[in-house]
Amino acid sequence: MSAIPKAKKPAFEIGRETRLDLFRLQLELRMCEKRAFDLFLQNMIKGTSHLSLGQEAIAAAFGVAMKADDYTFCTYRGHAHTLARGASMTGVLGELMGRECGLLGGKGGSMHLTDVEKGVMGSYAIIGAHLPIAAGAAWSAQYRGTKQVAVCFFGDGTTNIGAFHEALNFSVIWNLPVVFVCENNFYMEYTPIRSVTAVDAPAADRAAAYGLPSIIVDGNDADIMYETAMAAIDKARAGGGPSLIEARTYRHSGHSRADPAKYRPEGELEEWLKKDPIPTYRERLLRLGFSEGTLKGIEEDTQRKVDEATTAAKASPVPSLDVIDKDVWADGSTAWRN
Amino acid sequence: MAELTYRDAVAAGIAQEMRRDPNVVFLGEDVAHAGGVFKATVGLLDEFGPLRVRDCPISEQAILGAAMGAAMTGLKPIAEIMFSDFLAVCWDIIANEMAKMRYMTNGQVTMPVVIRTANGAGSRFGAQHSQSLENWAMTVPGLKVVAPAYPADVKGLLAAAVRDGNPVVFFEQKSLYSMKGEVPDGEHYEPLGKAKVLRRGRHCTIVALAAMVHRSMDAAEILQREHGIDATVIDLRCLVPLDTQTILAEVARTGHLITVEENPRLCGWGAEISSIVTEECFWDLDGPIIRITTPHIPLPSADALEDATIPSVARIVETVRTRLG
Repeated sequence: MSAIPKAKKPAFEIGRETRLDLFRLQLELRMCEKRAFDLFLQNMIKGTSHLSLGQEAIAAAFGVAMKADDYTFCTYRGHAHTLARGASMTGVLGELMGRECGLLGGKGGSMHLTDVEKGVMGSYAIIGAHLPIAAGAAWSAQYRGTKQVAVCFFGDGTTNIGAFHEALNFSVIWNLPVVFVCENNFYMEYTPIRSVTAVDAPAADRAAAYGLPSIIVDGNDADIMYETAMAAIDKARAGGGPSLIEARTYRHSGHSRADPAKYRPEGELEEWLKKDPIPTYRERLLRLGFSEGTLKGIEEDTQRKVDEATTAAKASPVPSLDVIDKDVWADGSTAWRN
Repeated sequence: MAELTYRDAVAAGIAQEMRRDPNVVFLGEDVAHAGGVFKATVGLLDEFGPLRVRDCPISEQAILGAAMGAAMTGLKPIAEIMFSDFLAVCWDIIANEMAKMRYMTNGQVTMPVVIRTANGAGSRFGAQHSQSLENWAMTVPGLKVVAPAYPADVKGLLAAAVRDGNPVVFFEQKSLYSMKGEVPDGEHYEPLGKAKVLRRGRHCTIVALAAMVHRSMDAAEILQREHGIDATVIDLRCLVPLDTQTILAEVARTGHLITVEENPRLCGWGAEISSIVTEECFWDLDGPIIRITTPHIPLPSADALEDATIPSVARIVETVRTRLG
């Protein structure tokens, strides 16, 4: 596992309110993902799910850094990125539980969370597919002159599929306002990424092939991620073209609900738990003079929010069967013949 | 009425839509400066400029992915995939992404995108540049499928495809690009999902698509002149939406159905039509439904071999004559 370069001195001071936002959002993602896991164990959530436990700093930092009309593109591991844009937590949990209140009314499920009003333009369950789609949204923003930026999150495994390479080349030649964020958690599903990849840094070492700088950052440090996000987003918004960021992180749970992650060497998880982004950030905030009471208040508020969202989602009915026959087409219908 | 070639009708159709809507953009490989490898998009770059008419790398997933992302965010892209055979390398974007996004998101997203592609045999290009793949697209819920046979329909149906608001796969028959036909002057629009009865006969109904429409029309002439068999010929024009009412009405009137399909045999579109007709007007049939298709083989290249595999006028005449005679 290659080392993460020492962070350079930040170009700007992160404001105290922003730091509290970063703390609050990371907590929210953590607590909601834990709740999703609990609901699985209670068989309240069916199907599969891919949790971001341990990786929350990346989604949270971008969530804080992005403007309201920017576009997010997620993978099937997208609960955190969706929530980070302000999507309803009841809507997210409801979708996981197959309830009417779900973000997608029960028609998409865990792997396809979308909230267009919040700029979440979809969660995509086919590896790599959403990189060119994000490039397309960036092209649209460029064409319409709106100054919107598209941010596309994906895992280390995605760097070995063709769509990754097509999208990078395409975005560079068209100078598109898109930020590609590789969350390198060191495993493509069950296999160490290094054992199936020609280079050590799966995203950053490919950057040079597309004329982009190599960027490797500590994905478990919300401040670093926030600075990195701001720099890449500002560059894209100013017409400076795409960025490719490799954020090093680690998932605390398995790939999916079905995976107990027994392939990981003994002690590896424990080492990474010492670098858990949330307790480390909490300690930093205390060192910076935030009071224990302030942080505790945020923790209690967030727990209450998750509890209320859970209660609301559980109270929501299952979807009406009417929705099955709706919305294949733009006119709302499903008719393929007369 | 002006006489245009099928290829000129493509450019005319795109230009018509780009003039009326600034959100219509066009992208593909060799489409701008070169005007397309089939010269079907000549002049578009000059008229609309490089921001709206864009050359792309050989990256079909990126082309269609970009078209999809743009379609979801306010544009109406027309994307060209040079040969329909290449749809296989970007099928994920078409079948898994574009086709499903609106349904999966409970209607949050609309997907106004047209995928134009050169389809079919007749150019002796062999098994990877000659396939007739409209039945692939037909099997995916969420895709509309169009395959015009005449220049007027190229322009009119392309207009409808652009304005439809859904993913439309628009199959252009590459052997027809040089064919000429009358195209109405001014704005021209033909709604999707309406088959056209090209001739009305008493004895049987021949249903065809794209290049097979012309062969069916020629066959119908010979059947009438030489064998006294008076055939209806229906140009389907669209597979999705499928105009089953026109088919059912003509079959009910004539008592016989023959489909003429360029696609390989298994699960060709004629099988679905055959199934619908069997279920819904079985008692009007006076004999078994006949499917005339390309055999279930990869296409051979040599002209003698290719000509022997694709349904020909002679094969249509012979099949109809012996089965109805």
